[in-house]
Amino acid sequence: MATITLDDPTVIEFDVRTDEMLVNMGPQHPSTHGVLRLLLRTDGEVVKEITPHIGYLHRCAEKIGENLAPYQWIPYTDRMDYLAGMNMNLGWSLAVEKLCKMEIPERAQIIRVIIAEMGRLASHLVGMGAYGLDLGTFSPFLYAFREREKILDLFEEVCGARLTYSYITIGGATHDLPEGWVEHCRDFLDYFEPKIEEYHTLLTRNAIFINRTANLGVLPAGMAIAYGCSGPVLRGSGVNFDLRRDQPYSMYDKFKFEVCCPIDPQGREAWPEMPNEVKIGDNWCRFYVRMLEVIQSIKLVRQALDRYPNSQGTQRSSGWKATMKLPRGEVYLETECPRGQMGFLVIGKDDPIPLRARARSSCFSNLSVAGELCRSCLIADVPAIIGSLDVVMGEIDR
Amino acid sequence: MNAQEIVTVLEEKFASKITGKNLDAIDPWFSVEPAALADVALFCRDDARLRFDSLQCISGVDYLEPDPKKVKKAGFDPHLEVLYHLFSFPHRHKILLKVILPRWKDDQPGEIPDLPSVARVWPTADWHEREVYDLSGVNFVGHPHLTRILCCEDWVGHPLRKDYEFPEEYHGIRAK
Repeated sequence: MATITLDDPTVIEFDVRTDEMLVNMGPQHPSTHGVLRLLLRTDGEVVKEITPHIGYLHRCAEKIGENLAPYQWIPYTDRMDYLAGMNMNLGWSLAVEKLCKMEIPERAQIIRVIIAEMGRLASHLVGMGAYGLDLGTFSPFLYAFREREKILDLFEEVCGARLTYSYITIGGATHDLPEGWVEHCRDFLDYFEPKIEEYHTLLTRNAIFINRTANLGVLPAGMAIAYGCSGPVLRGSGVNFDLRRDQPYSMYDKFKFEVCCPIDPQGREAWPEMPNEVKIGDNWCRFYVRMLEVIQSIKLVRQALDRYPNSQGTQRSSGWKATMKLPRGEVYLETECPRGQMGFLVIGKDDPIPLRARARSSCFSNLSVAGELCRSCLIADVPAIIGSLDVVMGEIDR
Repeated sequence: MNAQEIVTVLEEKFASKITGKNLDAIDPWFSVEPAALADVALFCRDDARLRFDSLQCISGVDYLEPDPKKVKKAGFDPHLEVLYHLFSFPHRHKILLKVILPRWKDDQPGEIPDLPSVARVWPTADWHEREVYDLSGVNFVGHPHLTRILCCEDWVGHPLRKDYEFPEEYHGIRAK
């Protein structure tokens, strides 16, 4: 009988051999951004496969939309991407207005640009802060929420709500901007703009942050397009595309701003400041696109604030009525929301109630690529990759 | 290319498979036979003139007026439409591709109709088709993993059908 000793390499091999294991992450895991459940098939620390399970926040908003007039569905759009409610209101309103061929006064359009870009600021601040949390640093989150609080104060002044606004609506906006709001908004921008440099010091150029994000979750441009990714996820992969510039709506063509992308429209590399470890399409790029977009949003708000006092018309089109009939026909319209291209489809049946209200979620498509991004990464990198997609479950599940 | 040119290219290639079009609509569209969908989709993606590399959205629309008093006024016969909104990044043009299906396969209520899957043409269709299957009730033939995505696995029925009956209770949770 052969004696087994520890020197026998096959025994040691047997001893430390790892089995495949199924690990359940979520739906209550703090770093899954709400109620997202990921099923990980792992071999030791290495993830072989991840399967996202969604639907925990499903309210079948589309079914509700088929039973309400479009203006009544506005509050439901707030609850889709609850971190950018204003932008959701805008997308649905624009789709319905296109179907009804409604003209929107200049003043309403300028208010919409101001509010939508402020919404983008608030949303990217949460994206930035929460991403820090995912990677184990708490302080950027506190700073981000400190600034976001001031934006919410401004929104509260405008419409009375701090999260679910229902402010932008069919035909324009429910109220004009209150007296003194323009100055309050300018004061906030003057206060906020110099702070952005601090976030770059805290995260963007932080060596630990770069190690955790660079060259991880690399999403090639072709795969991003094939999976229907949009917004910062698409631009982070080097596809220079932004609906605000390329298919302008709501007067965006009247303002000057740049599309933030590591590749410029001529196909050259646009970020000389990019650290050497970073590859185009990785977590760091997606994060950095958001950081740069904050500056562009500030630029847009400033320009719109300048135009606001001399704008023509009122804050809401007089063509709007609660009993307005939606003509037969269908309209699908996408807008550039903070998380990507949010599409709304509305089909009219010559009745105030639409035949179909459909919301195409940007995060839904962005998350569907997670299975590809997390293949053979480490378990600890899964939150870093999912976090860089900046998903909001309310929008995915609708 | 504008919508007219896009549809002309497709008519040259597929002729009788194109069952209808409306180029004056707000979103110009054309419709194809359900059986030809996978071929048309692949052509739309790969033809150098079309290059529809991006599928923006798949939506299922149930055309049915459940109120018998309003049926005459409705202006459509009961049917199911699946809408594919296509966009091309290289050419920056878009089109709406429609497929018109019967509400039930062989007129047997409860038997959902079949449609070829395009998940192999555009990977984004994987989740979108699961959603349309889940909510609107279309069986995508050839889909790698056609399961419910938003509703629970044991959910009964397809909620976005106009004649969907809301459940009275679910696992002991009363709904009414």
